[in-house]
Amino acid sequence: MRQSWWKILAIALLIYTLTAGLLMDVPRLPILNETIRPLHFHVTMWFGMILMLMVSVYYSIKYLRSNDLNHDDMAIEFTNAAILFGVLGIVTGMLWAKFTWGDYWSGDPKQNASAIGLLMYFAYLILRNSLTDMQQRARIGAIYNIFAFAAFIPLIFVLPRLTDSLHPGNGGNPGFNAYDLDSKLRMVFYPAIIGWTLLGAWIATVRVRMRRVERTLEDKMINS
Amino acid sequence: MKKLLTIFFLVLSLSVMAQEKIPVTESDYSNNSVEMADQLRADGKIYVLVGIIGIIFAGITVYLISTERKISKLEKSVSTK
Repeated sequence: MRQSWWKILAIALLIYTLTAGLLMDVPRLPILNETIRPLHFHVTMWFGMILMLMVSVYYSIKYLRSNDLNHDDMAIEFTNAAILFGVLGIVTGMLWAKFTWGDYWSGDPKQNASAIGLLMYFAYLILRNSLTDMQQRARIGAIYNIFAFAAFIPLIFVLPRLTDSLHPGNGGNPGFNAYDLDSKLRMVFYPAIIGWTLLGAWIATVRVRMRRVERTLEDKMINS
Repeated sequence: MKKLLTIFFLVLSLSVMAQEKIPVTESDYSNNSVEMADQLRADGKIYVLVGIIGIIFAGITVYLISTERKISKLEKSVSTK
């Protein structure tokens, strides 16, 4: 395995997340009870998703500047991994919400906005698959990706904060408002973000390499 | 300068917002009024749970590593052809 130190780091951080995240003392808060622990699992999915989408946008811009399909591989696969994290995030969020807010889906602004955001990215995949020319697909995909990211950030970070939301940092939900102030939770939360993001990046890079092998084979078949 | 001032006041207003948060205190860790999984911990079964999740994670990791190995082999065979 080439350059594997960050993969080992990812495994180590995630083992730490799983054990410390499940075993460490957490604040005993009403309503939340032990379900404060998804902070290290559900919330980190979204952080990982955003970080990977940033990488994806970076490579989309690089593609537009160079027309090099290798950059497009990175952009699409990081988006794929980010979408996987987003879907996991929304499903785990629904389960968590059922037991703390009383319903799987309560039409919370952040819930709705993240669902819209995910739909935008599903549309991105469909748009790409509907184009057959590789360069055209990569170019239109890159432009869409940049605009989708520019819409996604205000959707999930800005708009929900302007109204009342059940999510912490927005409206009511007294028990959880201070989670980002609590240093004990941070000790697992930050490593967990890095660990999950690295795992996502790992999955993405493996798939990028698969794509490149496929393209090389195709080129060889055409040229032979 | 005007821009810098605007940014400065924006950052300032962010910390004002943070004042509305209810801080987690030491009493939140030590109170017994809120029900937690103490029984699970006392009987030691929580470690079984950690073990199970750990095994699942290990399995997924091994699978990912073996996938990566396979791709490395493919890359080699493609480049030497």
